[in-house]
Amino acid sequence: MNLIYLVPLFPLVGFLLNGLCRNYLNKSLVGIIGSGSILASFIVSLIVFFDVKAGHTGVVSYFEFINLGKFAIPFAFQVDQLSSLFLLIITGVGFLIHVYSTSYMHEEENQHFARYFAYLNLFVFSMLLLVLGANYVIMFIGWEGVGLCSYLLIGYWFKSIPYTNAANKAFIMNRIGDLGFLIAIFWIISKVGSVNYADVFAHTNAFSKSDLVIVTLLLFVGATGKSAQIPLYTWLPDAMAGPTPVSALIHAATMVTAGIYMIARSNILYTLAPATMHVVAIIGLATAVFAATIALKQNDIKKVLAYSTVSQLGYMFLALGVGAYTGAVFHVMTHAFFKALLFLGSGSVIHAMGGEQDIRKMGGLGKYMPATHITFLIGCLAIAGIPGFSGFFSKDEILAHAYMSNPVLYYIGLFGALLTAFYMFRLYATTFKGAFRGTHDQEHHLHESPAAITIPLIILAVLAFAGGYVGIPEFIQPDAHSLNKFLAPIFAESMKVMPQHELSHSTEWGLTGISTLLIVIVVVAAWAKFAKKPDVEEPQGFGKVLANKWYIDELYDAIIVKPVYGLGRFCNNVLEKLVDWIVNGVGRSVQYGSRQLRLLQSGQVGSYVLFMIIGIVLFFVMQFFFKK
Amino acid sequence: MILVWLIIVLLSGGMLCWITARWRPMAAKWIALCAVLADLAILLNIWLQYGKGVQAGTGTWMIQYQTAWIPSFGISFHVAIDGLSLILLLLTFFLGTLAVLCSWKEIKSRAGFYYFNLLWTLAGISGVFVALDLFLFYFFWEVMLVPMYLLILIWGDKNRRYAAYKFFIFTQAGGLLMLLSILSLYFIHGAQSGSYSYDYFSLLNTQLEPAAAKWIMMGFMIAFVIKLPMVPFHSWLPDAHSEAPTAGSLILAGLLLKTGAYGIIRFVLPLFHQAAVDIAWWAMLFGVIGIIYGALMAFAQTDIKRLIAYTSVSHMGFVLTGIFAFREIAMQGVVMQIVTHGISTGALFVLAGMIKERLHTRDISQMGGLWTSMPAMGGVAMLFTMASLGLPVLGNFIAEFLILMGTFQANVLLTVLASTGLVFSALYSLRMMQKVFLGPVTSGEKLTDITAREMIILATLSIAIILLGLYPQTVMDVVLSKK
Repeated sequence: MNLIYLVPLFPLVGFLLNGLCRNYLNKSLVGIIGSGSILASFIVSLIVFFDVKAGHTGVVSYFEFINLGKFAIPFAFQVDQLSSLFLLIITGVGFLIHVYSTSYMHEEENQHFARYFAYLNLFVFSMLLLVLGANYVIMFIGWEGVGLCSYLLIGYWFKSIPYTNAANKAFIMNRIGDLGFLIAIFWIISKVGSVNYADVFAHTNAFSKSDLVIVTLLLFVGATGKSAQIPLYTWLPDAMAGPTPVSALIHAATMVTAGIYMIARSNILYTLAPATMHVVAIIGLATAVFAATIALKQNDIKKVLAYSTVSQLGYMFLALGVGAYTGAVFHVMTHAFFKALLFLGSGSVIHAMGGEQDIRKMGGLGKYMPATHITFLIGCLAIAGIPGFSGFFSKDEILAHAYMSNPVLYYIGLFGALLTAFYMFRLYATTFKGAFRGTHDQEHHLHESPAAITIPLIILAVLAFAGGYVGIPEFIQPDAHSLNKFLAPIFAESMKVMPQHELSHSTEWGLTGISTLLIVIVVVAAWAKFAKKPDVEEPQGFGKVLANKWYIDELYDAIIVKPVYGLGRFCNNVLEKLVDWIVNGVGRSVQYGSRQLRLLQSGQVGSYVLFMIIGIVLFFVMQFFFKK
Repeated sequence: MILVWLIIVLLSGGMLCWITARWRPMAAKWIALCAVLADLAILLNIWLQYGKGVQAGTGTWMIQYQTAWIPSFGISFHVAIDGLSLILLLLTFFLGTLAVLCSWKEIKSRAGFYYFNLLWTLAGISGVFVALDLFLFYFFWEVMLVPMYLLILIWGDKNRRYAAYKFFIFTQAGGLLMLLSILSLYFIHGAQSGSYSYDYFSLLNTQLEPAAAKWIMMGFMIAFVIKLPMVPFHSWLPDAHSEAPTAGSLILAGLLLKTGAYGIIRFVLPLFHQAAVDIAWWAMLFGVIGIIYGALMAFAQTDIKRLIAYTSVSHMGFVLTGIFAFREIAMQGVVMQIVTHGISTGALFVLAGMIKERLHTRDISQMGGLWTSMPAMGGVAMLFTMASLGLPVLGNFIAEFLILMGTFQANVLLTVLASTGLVFSALYSLRMMQKVFLGPVTSGEKLTDITAREMIILATLSIAIILLGLYPQTVMDVVLSKK
């Protein structure tokens, strides 16, 4: 636990070295600094993890960040089960992505290569700060930090205007969410007088019922920004503008899981505010299904994966909303494995295709790149929730809890899961099966990627398969859910408050059986359909609406972006001109007045004397007035 | 006495610049640099002595000096500093040094007179921050106005004449109202106590009718909010800032605006406490309007210096809102904001100046892709863009965070509105970054990245803004001793 400061320190040093010396380091050195710092962090995280497992948890304070006498914000780290688990995910998956990047970004110019790794390290650093902070302000610093890094990395190829637009969009949408978080912090301070988790969670009685609902809703607004939920999700698909490993980092190891972490961390506040819980569950479920429908008709390999992330995050919020906190964290973990795998796999495909991202121009890639193919398939099986793969366990846990809360949630959730299975296997079959549909040149160029790319893929594939076995459900094998046991202290308070009801084992078997059966049918159907005849023509009717993402971007543009621009122009062209006109008008009237006044200086001594006398009289009158 | 020396060094340094430039034009900038550095050294020394706050029992004033000036009118030369003044003086000489440095190459004509004006402006500003006699305060208020006016008028850009007049008339109108208020206060106090005096501590004891207090306060307030500036009295600012030479913009944004905030904190609140509490809601409202309006205006600009000027309007809105929240936390934030805004906006103006030296334009539609040829400047610009939009770990965040935290306890609705300023600031800051540094390369000519001298200026500013963000306690400790 004493080593905990090293975890964020290594990436910070990596950032500074690569960032400041970017003109002097060669690529292999940059790669070693970049990946090595994360590896070092990962090793320390492992030590910390086992330390925590042995029961050493607590808060480590470093210095007083802000101290105003009666109110202080310490710079302190929270070392416990939840944060140590997140540390492992962030640094572990992060490290693989760094290694992958050394090969993927090798074509870049020297200084940009270093800039890329500097940003990447800063990203990991911010995320570690977010997770480690022992109060809401430190979390907020990391929170804004990941926003910055996503901006920097999405706009990494800064010469392209659309890319920088996507970067701006990510930053601004995140900022809108951050506003909610910030106000929530103020609200907490005004009630509890502290931002430390320990104080806030111990003094929940300082909040009235409505305070709790408001605070948790405001925090949730923050989460919708960072974790891409309705209504603030549209930045995430656009974030594909960044290099592919960045997408993997944003979607798997950092950034989007921040919202889940925040709510899991504040679980007691949410448990005490059932109204917010309902909102979280409904928004989560709606996002899960909504994003899944969009993913059905996307043709950009990364776009499909992006919408699938939005959708999977929706499931995590559903889990939080129905009180399945462990389930949410579990899904964060399995999702980190398979989504990193899928993104890196898609990167490998894009690399082989010479930058092509449109799956309509791919097909039959399986035989050219076997490692990528097999690992990608494992990722698809995991995300679809095929039994035995990690996604099955976490998704099943979420759906079971949803059923406990309200069967309707379960049915809608299951529908979303079927959509997931469908679009993932549409993606898989269109890309890797059938015949190649690209140009002759591209076909000639197809190749398996180098080891720095395939080895991370293989490691992630193993994790995507096996990662689920830390959370084997009760009904399959009693007492085997080790994640649940590990995280129990974090959610203990909430579990005491929440009404507990268990499903019978037969119901659980039934639910799992139905969902598994349906998912397998959908997978087989999608595979068969798209391997034979991929979906290459332009969509018509409702499909067109889906392909255009329900026109949500256009809607936001019309009701938010355009009016803001208009308002800016209105201020500039009308209000400001008006102010200036008035000011200049005053100037003009003074000029006019002085012309009139000039008449007073008529050159007649008599009138001067007159004014002098008036002046003196006035002076005496004033003296008299003030004396009293 | 040391405080008097601070000002004498500047005034005589300025004269010396002017005189020596007749024979050796190059000497002027070195003299100016020595003068500001000497003052900075004095200040740092004081800071080391009192940086941890004054000892208990010695009063709130660290250093005081008083001597008769025009005794027959009750005018004395009374200067003193407390934590607030100390912080502002440090900022003055820090930015003053950088202002001299960034004029190094830019000013070629009449350099002696230029540095004379620069130093005299700084002298006026430091005088304002130390004066505790209202007549003396007014005197310094005028001293900083005229040389600044000349700086804009002589060394400004194309539209400098209009901008300089506008600046002068606005400030002077406010100044005259303030003079009226000072005089009324003087007479009322004299009538009450029998001794006529302009001394701050004497005037603090004046008993005022509520109505009289309100009117007299308004005289002060108008002078100060014009300087601050508060919407709708801001329209001098974009013109003056955009037309002034780089050092002028730096001093205007970094220091001159702060005299308005300082005046409110030092004079308006203590002298007219009840009257100030009565207008608090309105003042906060106008602050919030300033935050949003300034940001929207910044968003709509195409002239880079005008854009930065409007960000000042927005940021100073936070100051106004924070002061009138009447919360200690907010006041701490206000002081932080004064310092960090001085640094971050100053740095943006310096960057704009450097860009203008290279591209000979202020129009951002003619820029774009500058990162490609000037990655180092791009990196620094990114840092200050982020500072200006209030990213944590950089000083401005601490300031805005504390202000909003304080105002939240005073008025939830206004705080929520004010905090939307954080979204708007992201809008204009990112737009500026994108238009200037990102995107495809537009200009064909080869641009040189920052030189060593420019690097020193920018590195100092960068380090300052990061340190303030990481360890804001340094500033807070000094200000805490104000109580």
